[in-house]
Amino acid sequence: MIGTIFSFIKAAIIQGIPLLFGATGEIITEKSGNLNLGIPGIMYMGGISGIVGGYLYERSTENPVAVLCILIPFLSCLLGSALMALIYCFLTITLRANQNVTGLALTTFGIGVGNFFGGSLLSFFNQSGSISLLTTGTYYKTPLPFASKLGLFGDTFLSFGFLAYLAIILALVSSWFLNRTRSGLNLRAVGENPATADSAGINVTAYKYWSTIIGGAIAGLGGLYFVMDYTAGAWTNDGFGDRGWLAIAIVIFALWKPKSAVLSSFLFGGLYIICVYIPNLSSSSKELIKMLPYLVTILVLAFVSMKKKRSSQPPESLGINYFREER
Amino acid sequence: MGNAAIELRGITKCFGNIVANKDVNLTVNNGEILSLLGENGSGKTTLMNMISGIYYPDEGHIFIDGQEVVIRSPKDAFDYHIGMIHQHFKLVDVFTAAQNIVLGLDEPGKFDMKKVSARVAEISQKYGFDIDPNKKIFDMSVSEKQTVEIIKVLYRGAKILILDEPTAVLAPQETQKLFTILRRMRNDGKAIIIITHKLHEVLSLSDRVAVLRRGEYIGTVDTVDTNEDELTEMMVGKKISLNIERSDPVNPQERLSVKHLGCVSKEGVKLLDDVSFTAYSGEILGIAGIAGSGQRELLEAIAGLQHVSSGEIVYHNPKTDKEENLRDKTPLQIRELGVRLSFVPEDRLGMGLVGNMDIVDNMMLRSYRRGKSVFLERKAPKDLAERIIEELQVVTPSANTPVRRLSGGNVQKVLVGREIAASPTVLMAAYPVRGLDINSSYAIYNLLNQQKKNGVAVIFVGEDLDVLMELCDRILVIGSGRVTGIVNGREANKNEIGLMMTQSAGGKTHE
Repeated sequence: MIGTIFSFIKAAIIQGIPLLFGATGEIITEKSGNLNLGIPGIMYMGGISGIVGGYLYERSTENPVAVLCILIPFLSCLLGSALMALIYCFLTITLRANQNVTGLALTTFGIGVGNFFGGSLLSFFNQSGSISLLTTGTYYKTPLPFASKLGLFGDTFLSFGFLAYLAIILALVSSWFLNRTRSGLNLRAVGENPATADSAGINVTAYKYWSTIIGGAIAGLGGLYFVMDYTAGAWTNDGFGDRGWLAIAIVIFALWKPKSAVLSSFLFGGLYIICVYIPNLSSSSKELIKMLPYLVTILVLAFVSMKKKRSSQPPESLGINYFREER
Repeated sequence: MGNAAIELRGITKCFGNIVANKDVNLTVNNGEILSLLGENGSGKTTLMNMISGIYYPDEGHIFIDGQEVVIRSPKDAFDYHIGMIHQHFKLVDVFTAAQNIVLGLDEPGKFDMKKVSARVAEISQKYGFDIDPNKKIFDMSVSEKQTVEIIKVLYRGAKILILDEPTAVLAPQETQKLFTILRRMRNDGKAIIIITHKLHEVLSLSDRVAVLRRGEYIGTVDTVDTNEDELTEMMVGKKISLNIERSDPVNPQERLSVKHLGCVSKEGVKLLDDVSFTAYSGEILGIAGIAGSGQRELLEAIAGLQHVSSGEIVYHNPKTDKEENLRDKTPLQIRELGVRLSFVPEDRLGMGLVGNMDIVDNMMLRSYRRGKSVFLERKAPKDLAERIIEELQVVTPSANTPVRRLSGGNVQKVLVGREIAASPTVLMAAYPVRGLDINSSYAIYNLLNQQKKNGVAVIFVGEDLDVLMELCDRILVIGSGRVTGIVNGREANKNEIGLMMTQSAGGKTHE
């Protein structure tokens, strides 16, 4: 029984990590007032960019070096997802396109690009079968060296690849950045009331661009974690599923606080797979159980809206494009 | 005077064809409070926005401490120690006072909110502010928010402070407190410019008064040498003849009686206080007043869009000869009762028309309920749209052009045309000629006159006294939510109306 519980916790954490990347990235983005619904697509893009980078590297050399095996997919992932976020920025900030429409278009686009390259990458090089980057995957999955010596505890909490710890560190750093630094204060002001920020001499456009791009890059790492660590370097079309939407749900659930996003992600990760751990479930009740994370999000949203507490509301200008009043 | 803090020479600013400021010269000395006085639209705020870097003057020079400067952005203005406190506060609601004060600053050293709070406390003590640096803005009263704004500019080292109608939102005691603080700042050597149109405040607070009228600089006088009459005359000027046709009312009958009407805002501020008047059929009743004195609330209360806290609105129904109380009825109920109020809101596109819909659809917004089948009846609105386009000479490619593509005057004609087509018995129009050129304005005046001849009780809220005095049969003057006088449009004197407009509940010099 204890064993089952611990293996459930471990599985919940593993499921939670990609969500945490996505949520942290989206929180940073939303704090600037940009409601980037392209996050699911950006996470797909992060995943496939990592895969393409890793594949090209593994192909180009007989003996892949560990550092490059990690670095090349990592950087190509950041590049791919930041590029997606840049498109979003250009459309919504510079061209003032509708944020929701742009975001949803990006999601469709990102998933399409992911599936296209995932399905056809090998055929470009006249290979058949499906993508499997075992070497890279192994490096990404390397756990902390002392994890195996700590028994059940080590296995449950320390047996993950480095990206898992990076996710937690990024969330905590984001929390510190938003609440304890001058730039964080300025960024929050941009998301709350861009006109005020503007008149205080803050470069609203720059803040929106940077936070959205950095947020997108962070979210993309969630896709990278999924393809490199979770599936150990293998790509399956639509394998990432609806995790991107869960990440956005976590942002609401965590009330736009990166610190709370950590535990929320693990909770959502747990709810996402709990159906596997409940014995004798019919397939239809499994699907119902899978609904839980969304149900919880709706409840939180309803509760928060009823309470009307000002400090737990979304950034005030979220979803609204800013343009300086012109006369 | 050698210690001019800021000097403007020959400042001119145009927005398109409209001249907002023309050849303005102004000097403010250190240790002085200067009042900038003028009617609505006289260019006070535009002028101050040029000093604070929001607009850039087309012509003219600005000198600070004797040096010519170029102010291109709010940041430049900060660098020259100019701080502006806007009428609409620029604060982030979920931040504390201290966080708002340091927002956007790039001070050297570690970011330490405790140090900030200490400095805020220091400034507060020096000038006598009463503020908790850690209080969130959304928990604050209007007066506290204003305090935060003032500390914000002082924290940035402002030596020249500009306050845009700072007392408009304050209760009398709060105003007195603010004045005490402003005097303390003046004694500390700061140069203060206060934009206002309340004469008693000008006289009690300022050292000198500069007057603008229609964008032009009229002059500067020392406060001790002047009085209300002189200032009013400088402000409103001599009467200009406009040749608007005005017929005598025919068979006027009571149509709408407003009795002791009161409205209170969410914050508990009195928007309307004991307003009483009667509108007669076949006459145009003008409403004059400084912008934001309660005109909008009054019209909205009559139209059923504003919650009324006291008093009543009685409508004399010409069909049934019965009296009906409109108070606390929804706009729909008012119409179902057979009471027909047509309402031309201040914000044409915001409340009156849907910009993305074409003229026909906008006609339908008023008539779709009349249809009996599930499908929309498009014929009648289409005919109406075409009739309006023809009769009012609306310039549009077709009746199916989205309204937002039309020019301001044409939008206004569509809106007024639709309201008139409902053959109202009371027609209310708020600033119907705002932003229109002269020809369009006269077209609107003619429309209103036509309605008057048809026996409609027209209520016309305007900002141009000359127009009000030529168009209206009677003029109701409103100041700070109270009726300060009702005058005959044919005999009224411009100065008299100007004085009534600048009176307010908090006024001391007049009751």
